[in-house]
This record gives sequence, C-alpha cells and structure tokens, in this order.
Amino acid sequence: MSSTKFILGLFDDPDVMMHGIDKLQKNSVPIYDVYTPMPIHGIDDKLGIKPSRLGYAAFMFGCLGGTTIFSLVYYFMAHDWPMNIGGKPAFAVPDFIPVTFEWTVLFTAFGMTITFFFATHLFPGRAPRVMDFRATDDRFVIAIDAKGNIPHEDITNILKEAGAVEVKHNDRKYVSYE
Amino acid sequence: MASHNESIIREPLITGNDITYAKITNDVLKPVENMPTKAWWIGFTIASLAASLWVFSVSWTFWYGIGEWGLNKTVGWAWDITGFVWWVGIGHAGTLISAILLLFRQNWRNSINRSAEAMTIFAVICAATYIVAHMGRPWMAVYSLPFPNQYGSLWVNFNSPLIWDVFAISTYFSVSLVFWYTGLLPDMASIRDRATGIRRRIYSVLSFGWTGSVKTWQRFETVSLILAGISTPLVLSVHTIVSMDFATSLEPGWHTTIFPPYFVAGAIFSGFAMVQTLLLVVRKVLGLENYITMFHIESMNKIILVTGSIVGVAYLTEFFIAYYSGGEYEQYTFLNRFIGPYWWAGCMMYGCNVLMTQMMWFKKVRTNIPISWVLSIVVNIGMWFERFVIIVTSLHRDFIPSSWAMFYPTWVDMSIFIGSIGVFFTLFLLFLRVAPSIAMAEVKLLLKSSSEQAKKKLIDEGHVDPSHAEFYKESLTKFDSVELSQYEKA
Repeated sequence: MSSTKFILGLFDDPDVMMHGIDKLQKNSVPIYDVYTPMPIHGIDDKLGIKPSRLGYAAFMFGCLGGTTIFSLVYYFMAHDWPMNIGGKPAFAVPDFIPVTFEWTVLFTAFGMTITFFFATHLFPGRAPRVMDFRATDDRFVIAIDAKGNIPHEDITNILKEAGAVEVKHNDRKYVSYE
Repeated sequence: MASHNESIIREPLITGNDITYAKITNDVLKPVENMPTKAWWIGFTIASLAASLWVFSVSWTFWYGIGEWGLNKTVGWAWDITGFVWWVGIGHAGTLISAILLLFRQNWRNSINRSAEAMTIFAVICAATYIVAHMGRPWMAVYSLPFPNQYGSLWVNFNSPLIWDVFAISTYFSVSLVFWYTGLLPDMASIRDRATGIRRRIYSVLSFGWTGSVKTWQRFETVSLILAGISTPLVLSVHTIVSMDFATSLEPGWHTTIFPPYFVAGAIFSGFAMVQTLLLVVRKVLGLENYITMFHIESMNKIILVTGSIVGVAYLTEFFIAYYSGGEYEQYTFLNRFIGPYWWAGCMMYGCNVLMTQMMWFKKVRTNIPISWVLSIVVNIGMWFERFVIIVTSLHRDFIPSSWAMFYPTWVDMSIFIGSIGVFFTLFLLFLRVAPSIAMAEVKLLLKSSSEQAKKKLIDEGHVDPSHAEFYKESLTKFDSVELSQYEKA
C-alpha cells in the first residue's frame, strides 16, 4: 500500500488544465478539487459545483437593512419625538430615503461578505489548507484523492499525457501545516 | 474554454514579450518582498513629516479650539469643509474603477483597481478626519449617531443632509473597505505561499486561509459582482449627499438643483486625476510599465476629459441659471466670483478645471506622460479651488453687506491641509510596501487574451486580417513599453 494521499497534476496553462480535467473525467477519475491562481470560468460546471446562492442572501440582507433603518427612523422621527418643523409632516418619507438606501447597501455588503466568508470557511487566523504552494502563483493544480483511486501510475500517465508539467504524489494532504 | 483570442484591433493591456504568470507575481511583489528603495524612503520621510505636522496642528485645534482657524462669523466654513469635500471627491475614483468599470467589463481596470481602491480608502480617512476636526470638540461626534441619550431621548434629525452624510460617508468607507479587502485575499495568499517564517504567519492571518479552490473562486466572483452592483449607486449617492449639504441651504451659490450631478462629475474628475498622479509615479518607480501601460494612461485621461467637460457644462449652466432666475443675490454671487476679492480663486477654478483639461482632446497631450502628470496635478489644484470658491466665496458676501467679511487662513488651517496630504501619502506608501499594488489574480486573467505577446502570436500565425494587424501596429506606436523594432520585420 503506497503512502500517497493525494496526486496533484500541475499545469502551467489554464486551457491545458481544462483539457486535463476532461481527460480525467473521461477515464472516470474523480477530481477532489482544483486550485488556481485566478478564477477560471467553466471548471465549476465540469466539477458539478452549483451556482452560488449568495445573491439571494445579498437580497435578503438588503431588505433587512432597509427595513431596519426605515423602522428606526419612523420610530425616532414620527413616533417617539415628532418635531414641529414649520408645521411639516413628521413622517417625511422623502427625507428618509437617503439613509434607507445607505443601510440597504451597508447590510447587503456586510451580510453577503460575511456569509461568503462563513460558507467558504475564510476567517483571519484560519490555517491555510494548501496542497501546492505554487497554486497561488503560476500553477493550475488538479488534486485527486489517492485513496481508492488506483492504480496511481495510470492517473499519473493521464495527467502527463494531458500536458501536466509536473505530477506530485503527496504523502500529506496539506503541505502548509508545520 | 478558459481563454479566447481577443480582437486584434484592441490595444494590449499587458505589454512585453516574456510575461508569464510567475513573472507577473514576481514583478508585482518586488516592492513587497524586498527592502524599500531609496525613493520609497525619501517619499516616506517627507510624507510622515507632513503627517506629524497634521498630528500637531489637529492637536493644537483640539486644545485651543477652532478659534485658532481663520473662521469668523460670516465665513463659518472654509478650509475644513473645502478639504473634506476635496478628499471625499478624490475618494470616488477607486470605487468607480472597481465597481462601474467592472459592470461595464472594462478589462483595463484590472491593473489599476487595487491601488485606486486603496487610495479611495485613504482619501476617505482624510475626509473623515476633517469632519471630526471641524467639530472642535471631537468627542461630540457621538451625537451625530442616533444613540439613546439622557435628553429624552433626543434623536438626530433625519431630515438633515448632514445626518445623511454621516450615514453616506460611513457606509461608503466600510463598504469600500470590504470590497477592497475581499479582493485582496487571493493576492495576500500569493504572498503567504512565497514567504517563510514570521512573514508567512502574518500573511496567513491576513489571507484568511485562502487557497484558490474552485468553489471559493466561484463564490468570490459572485461577491465581487454584487458588491460592484451595490457600490455603483453607493458611490453616486455619496457625493450627491455631500452636495445636498450645500444645495438644501438657502445660501446663494449653493441653493441649486444642479449640485448633485455636478458634484458627482467633479468627484470622479478629481479622483481620476489623483489616480493618474499616483500611478504615473508608481509605474515608473516600481517598474510596472508593462502592466500600467499607455493605454491605461490614455483611458484615464479620456475619463478626465469627459468628466472635466461635464463639470464645465455645469459651470455654464450655473451661470445661465443665475442670470435667468433673476435672483439678485444669486446673480451677485456669480459675478462676485470674477470681480470680487476672490477673483483669483475663481480664475484658478475655471482655468484649471475647464480650460486646462480641454487640452486632453489632443492625443499628443493624452499620451505624453510628463504633461499628463502635470495636468493631473493641475486638476487637483483646480478642484480644491472649486470647493473653496463654492464655500468661501458664496459665504463671504451673501445677503447683508454689513456682514461681509474676508477669510484669511491661519497657520493651523494650512498645517492641517498640508498635514492631511502627508497622512494620505504615508498611508499610500505603507500600502505599497505591505500589499500588492496591482491585483495579480485579475491581471493574470488578461495574459492569454489581451497581452501584447498573445496578439503578436496571432499576427505571427497569420490568421488575422492584414489591415487589422496594420491598425494594431499603428496603435502600438504610442506605447512607451513596447519594442517597436520587432514589428518591422513581421
């Protein structure tokens, strides 16, 4: 039994890497994840990652922000302490639009971004789970879980044939842990 | 597919023949991973000296009160609000570049957005310091927030544009910060993965554990797009609300409905000028000529020209409406800009903002780096004078001639202004040292489609219309970072 935990195919070109994904999938090799230095469109479809639902979250947070501030301003200006400003109505809706807009945007931005960080497990101090250090520089990395995916030589050959500049057999899942 | 060939007619966004993904990382991270250069130290020393002047003069203000400024009972707002509006205006370009240009799919934004956003944040910090400083008793700032208090509670007045401004500026600052930092995460991870020891630990925290997996990138792009979508109306709302601070008053020269669009155009105008001022120096000093190319410089100059012309039209409209309204005070205010004691400020405003920028119609001017740089500074000076003219010239002679007065700045006024520029540059220079000044991940996206080498390959392969190739080669002549000789034989 080999000690290889993950097989990494390192590509130096995004198009060649996409070709590599196709080849692996044609050979029924399941892909664990792909790490790229920049967003490459189309991988998500190939790996079957569903479209993001963050837009719905953003919309809900926006509604919450707008409602919150509008209710507060209604309470302040019309309910709790209505002021007589030249006899004009205390519940002056047009005047409340700027702050309502600002908090709608504020809640949308913060709510959505925090949801994004939460859902993708990003937060300050999280130990980076890096499989290859060059994946944030100039390598497009396809990671394949070695367990159950045998024989490893075949996977290596598929990756090499697809144009991988380097194939790594890593004994550790993440190289970033000290 | 991940990349496709872009039309040959479009000018390249990355120049040079030997650009690889690794080279982009190396070039951009050079100032972050190496000891600072002499130029950086000189700049930083001057900037931090000026910043200390700011600390001193603001402390002086807080200790002795705003009576130390040149204000009097006629001119109750002067350099403080001038400085505030000036800085907020400058703080508009970053979000415009990162949000509006993203929605319009303007790929040239990719190499200038990061530093422009940083600049936005620092400019808004400078603006906010002015707001706190002009309160004289800065701890009173808490009363601009609707907190329950012992007076009733007596709430803040939500009918007042000044309160809208509190909400607008604070929202703008925090949303810009979120937008900027989320975009920085992948690049912080790049630094982390190249670093060792304590540096790796620090950037590990700063990068939030980013790995660049498929799902994170996909979500990241959604977040960027939605943030861009909400930041676009936000950035327009901020200066609109700033203009309402003036427009909802009854002061002649302020009480005009044209103020919101006019202020927004002016803000974008001055913001781009500041981006131009900074980036022309940055690209030279940090050796980023291949990423911030002549195309970027010319594009920014075109935006400066367009927004400068919009500002010019707004000026003309103001004059016409002053005449057409028949309002005596309004008419006097606008006449006073030319024949009053502040005529020189009026001339600086109209001259720098409208006359000088019209030179940008000439391609020779737009593509000349020293002239562009000087013009960008001229625009910044002009926009400072615009706010000065609007604020001080309107106030100093309004309704009652017996109350007419002049404004003379004291050394405290001047020190705070010079100091705030120092604060801005100190922060910007620190940013250049600790974070990548160019969004590496986004520039890498352009390498295969929009770079000079990709287009050269297309020409060499011979699949393009020769007349298009000729057109393309012609467009390259303005670039200072392209070796033209290699195209002669091709």
